Amino acid sequence: MPTVSVRRELLFQALGRSYTDEEFDELCFEFGLELDDVTSEKDIISKEKGEGKAEGASDTVLYKIDVPANRYDLLCLEGLVRGLQVFKERINLPRYEKIIPAKGEGQKLIITEETAKVRPHAVAAVLRNITFTKERYDSFIDLQEKLHQNICRRRALVAIGTHDLDTIAGPFTFTAKAPSEIKFKPLNQSQEYTAPQMMDLYRTDSHLRHYLHLIENKPLYPVIYDSNGVVLSMPPIINGDHSKINLNTRNVFVECTGTDMTKAKIVLDTIVTMFSEYCEKPFTVEAVEVILPNGKTHIYPELAYRKEKVKPEHINKKLGISETPSSLAKLLTRMCLKSHVIGNGNNIEIEIPPTRADIIHACDIVEDAAIAYGYNNIQMTIPKTYTIANQLPLNKLTELLRLDLAAAGFTEALTFALCSQEDIADKLGTDISSTKAVHIANPKTAEFQVARTTLLPGLLKTIAANRKMPLPLKLFEISDIVVKDPSKDVGARNYRHLCAVYYNKSPGFEIIHGLLDRVMQLLEVPPSEENGYVIKATEGSAFFPGRCAEIFAKEINIEPFL
Amino acid sequence: MSPSVAELLLQRLEREPPGPGGGLCSLEAAAALGLDHQTLVGAVKSLQALGEVIEAEARAATRWELSEEGAEVLRAGSPEVRLFRSLPPEGLPHSDAMKLPGAQVGFSKAMANKWLRLDKAAPGGPRVFRAVEAVQDAVQDGLRRVQEGDAAALPERERNELKRRKLLLEVTLKSYWIRKGRAFSTAVARQETDLTPEMIATGSWRQLPFKPYNFSALGLPPSCGHLHPLLKVRSQLRQIFLEMGFTEMPTDNFVESSFWNFDALFQPQQHPARDQHDTFFLQDPAEAPELPASYMAKVKKVHSQGGYGSQGYKYEWKVEEARKNLLRTHTTSASARALYHLACQEKFTPVKYFSIDRVFRNESLDATHLAEFHQVEGVVADRGLTLGHLMGTLREFFTKLGITKLRFKPAYNPYTEPSMEVFSYHEGLKKWVEVGNSGVFRPELLLPMGLPENVSVIAWGLSLERPTMIKYGINNIRELVGHRVNLQMVYDSPLCRLDT
Repeated sequence: MPTVSVRRELLFQALGRSYTDEEFDELCFEFGLELDDVTSEKDIISKEKGEGKAEGASDTVLYKIDVPANRYDLLCLEGLVRGLQVFKERINLPRYEKIIPAKGEGQKLIITEETAKVRPHAVAAVLRNITFTKERYDSFIDLQEKLHQNICRRRALVAIGTHDLDTIAGPFTFTAKAPSEIKFKPLNQSQEYTAPQMMDLYRTDSHLRHYLHLIENKPLYPVIYDSNGVVLSMPPIINGDHSKINLNTRNVFVECTGTDMTKAKIVLDTIVTMFSEYCEKPFTVEAVEVILPNGKTHIYPELAYRKEKVKPEHINKKLGISETPSSLAKLLTRMCLKSHVIGNGNNIEIEIPPTRADIIHACDIVEDAAIAYGYNNIQMTIPKTYTIANQLPLNKLTELLRLDLAAAGFTEALTFALCSQEDIADKLGTDISSTKAVHIANPKTAEFQVARTTLLPGLLKTIAANRKMPLPLKLFEISDIVVKDPSKDVGARNYRHLCAVYYNKSPGFEIIHGLLDRVMQLLEVPPSEENGYVIKATEGSAFFPGRCAEIFAKEINIEPFL
Repeated sequence: MSPSVAELLLQRLEREPPGPGGGLCSLEAAAALGLDHQTLVGAVKSLQALGEVIEAEARAATRWELSEEGAEVLRAGSPEVRLFRSLPPEGLPHSDAMKLPGAQVGFSKAMANKWLRLDKAAPGGPRVFRAVEAVQDAVQDGLRRVQEGDAAALPERERNELKRRKLLLEVTLKSYWIRKGRAFSTAVARQETDLTPEMIATGSWRQLPFKPYNFSALGLPPSCGHLHPLLKVRSQLRQIFLEMGFTEMPTDNFVESSFWNFDALFQPQQHPARDQHDTFFLQDPAEAPELPASYMAKVKKVHSQGGYGSQGYKYEWKVEEARKNLLRTHTTSASARALYHLACQEKFTPVKYFSIDRVFRNESLDATHLAEFHQVEGVVADRGLTLGHLMGTLREFFTKLGITKLRFKPAYNPYTEPSMEVFSYHEGLKKWVEVGNSGVFRPELLLPMGLPENVSVIAWGLSLERPTMIKYGINNIRELVGHRVNLQMVYDSPLCRLDT
C-alpha cells in the first residue's frame, strides 16, 4: 500500500478547515484511507539516524497516509484534497478538458520503429501556463516518484519525464540508439556522458541503480530528442539537464514511455489531471500528437470519460441497503463518479472520469456507493445459507491423533516447512538428489532453500534449541512434508507425516517403540505380519548402525524409525 | 538412642527464661553444641513446623573475613614489604628486582609509598634501591586485627583499602534468634507424615499426631504431554467454523501454480505481489505441468480484454507467467480451486467453506513477520449475498473469538470488491487494530469459473498467529513458531478459551 506524506498545515489549508488528528483519522477511515503516522521530518531523521542528526530539520507536522494500491488519483496532496472535498460535498468534481491546438501549432512526438524491441510505447501532453510554488513543485516531483514506485512497477512498465517546454523545440522524436551513440548532460550533472558512461556513473547511485537493469543488456537504448538534437531523456533512467523544470517553468512537456500502453495512458492522465489545477485555465491540458512508426497518429492525453449504467436495485441488493435511486446517484457523485437517475428511476448513469482508472466493473461502482453510504451504517444480517459442515478426513484424523499423542506424554512441536538443503540431506547423511525435494528459486537465506521432505530435522532442531530443559524431551509433530510428484497438476504434493522423538541420556528405544504401538492401537492396526504392522531391522543413514527399523503396515513400508 | 539435634536445642532453650529477655543465637548454640550451623538451622525449621514450640526470628549480620590472599599476607607479610626486605642494600637492576618475591604486586605499592627509588640513569640499565631504612607492614597489622576479631577497630578507610585489594571479604551471616514458644516443651512427639494402611487397619490413626500439610507450597507437576499453543488456537478456530456450519476445504498443497494463486483470482501479472521480492518461486518443479485449458482461456480473456461486464486490465496475458510454480502466498488459491470445483457441479448448491493452513511469503523477517504463517479463511457462496451478510457473518465469527467491538474500513484487494478491512478495538492498546481482511469476490473471478451470475461469494481471512499472540501475550512471533521456541512456554500455555 503506497504511503503519501503531506504537510498537515498545507492539507488543512487546502481543505479549508482544520481537524484534530483524531477527527482526520476518522475521516480517512471512512474514506478507505489510513492515517498511518503523525510525524515530522525531524522525527523521521532522528528515528532513522539518531537524535543528533535531526538537528536543524523541520518540525512541521507531516501526515503519512496509506492509500489503496489502485487509487493513483490519491497519491498527492492535490488528489487527496480533491477526493475528500468532493466526498464532503464542499466542491464539485472538476471536469478535465483536453485542448487541441490549431493545426500545425501543437506539439508532436514521433515514435520510430527502433523502439519496438526495447520500449515501444510513448504518450505525451503539455501543461500550459502553469504556476509552480515550492510546495506545488515538490508535490509534482513526489507524485512522479509515487507513480514510478507503484503503477509503473519501478519504471519497468512506465517511466515519466517532465521538461521545460520553453527550453526545447518540437517536434520530438522517441527513438532507440546504440548506447555509444547517445551522449548528453544528464540531470544535475556538470558534463556530458555517453550512455555506457552514465550506466557506470549510476551503478553506485542509491536511487537510479535499481533501474539500470531495465535496459542495460539491450542493444539499443531508448532516447527522446527535440528537433535540434537536444536530449530530453533516456527513459527509464534519466532526463537531460537541458530541459529540467524549475519553479519558474511555465510550460511543461510531460512524456510517458513504457512497455504497457494501458498503464502509460493512466499515468499521463493522472499527472495532468492532478496538476492542471495550477494552469492559467485550471483543469485544461494541451494535447500532443503522437505519430506511431506505422504513420498513424493519436492524440494524448486520452482524458476519456466513460459512461456506465447500473440499476439502483442492483446496488441495493449487493449491499443490503434500500436507498432511493436519487440518493444512490448522490452517493456515487460524492465518490467522484458523477451520476444521475435516468429512465424513470430504473437506472443510474454514472460517468467514470479519467482519474478513476480503478473502476473497471459495476462492482467497483457498488463499492463506491457503499463507501459513501458508510460501511458501518450498513445493517448486519446473517445469511440464510443452510449448510451441513464437514471436516476434511485427513485433518479430522490429525486432530484426534494429536490429542492422544499428548495424552501419551509427548509434547507437540511446530516447526517450519521450509529449511536448508543441508537440513534434509547432508545432515541426515543422504544426498539432496535422492530426496525428491521441491527447490525454491529465490531464497533470501539458506533457511528457505527447500520445502522439508521429512519432519525429523525440525524436531531435532527443536531439541537442540531446548537443551536447557529437564530431560527427557518427548516431542511429536503431525504436519505436511512436500515432494515432487509429476502426476500432480503442479508437479508436487504434500504428505501428512507423524514424527516423534525421545531425547534422554539413555536411548530408550522401547519408549518410542511403545509410542508406535500406542499409535497403532489408536488406529486399530494390530501387531501382526499378515493384517497389521511389524517392524523390521534396516539401516538408515541418519540412524545408528543396527538401531533402525522400518515399519510395515499390511506389507507397505511406511518409514524408518529408531 | 542419642537425642536428636532438635531435642538438644530444646534442652538448651529450656534453661533460658521465657519472654523477650531470654533466647539463643543459633550461631552460638551451634558452636556450643559442636554442630555445623546449617544442621542447627535444619532443626529450627523442623521445630517451627510443629507450631508454637519455639519462636525463631531471622537475623542477618555482616562480618569481615580474610580472603585466601589475605591469609597469605598475614602469614608472610604484604608484597610491598616482602619486596623491600629482599632487596639488597646495594640495590638491583630493575629487571632482577622484578623477579623478587612480591615484586609483581608490591613494586608499584612500594614506589607509591616512596620506599624504593628507581635510578633510570644507572650504568647497566635502570636500577632499584631502598629509599628508606626500614618499613612498617601496616597491611599485615590491619589483617591481624581483623583476624583477632577486632575489625570494627580498623578505620573504615583502611578496611575499604584492604577490601579493594581483595584481602578482606565482607560476609553476610544469616542466623536465628530462638525463643521459647507458647507451646514450649522439651518432649517433642514425632509427627506422622502419611496415613498408612496399617494405621487404618489398627485404628492407630485416631491417637497419632499428623504433621500438617504445607498448603502454601505448589504441588508436584504431573508428567504429561502438551499441545502447541498455536495449534490449540487452530483447533478452536476449526471448532468455531464447524459450529457455524462451514465445511473444510482441502489445502494440502503448499506448491501452487501462479495460475491458481494469482491469475484465477484476477490478480494481474504485473501485480507487485507477483514480484520475486514477495513470493517464493520454485526452481524445481519450476512450472506446473497441467492447467485447466478451457477455464484458463476465459481467465486470459478477462485479464487481457475484459468481459462479464468488465473492462479487464488490458495487457498481454502470458501463459508462461501462469505456469510459474510458487509456494502459495495465501490459501485463497485453495478457495479458488474449491469454487471452480463447485462451478463444475451440474447444479449450483450454496456452500460455506473454511480452511486454516500454512502460506509463504518471501518477506523480510521481524518480530511480527515470518516467511511462513497460517492463514484462516472463510468463504460463503450463495445467491443474493450482500455486504451486510458479510458483515453479519464476520460479527458472529469474531464474537466467537471473543472480539465484539468491530468496525469496517474500505480497502483494496485485487480479487474482492467491495473489500473491507476488519478492525477491532483493543482495550489494552486503547486503539483500533486490524484483525482481518474481507470482501465480496469480483465477478471477473467467479464468472469465468462458470458460477451462475446471481451467485455472490463473500470471504474473509486473517492470520492464525496474530490472535494467538494477543491471546497468549507473545510479542515476538519467533517465540511462538519454529524450532527456536522455548518448550517451557509450550508446557505452561493455558487452555485456549477464546470467548472468555
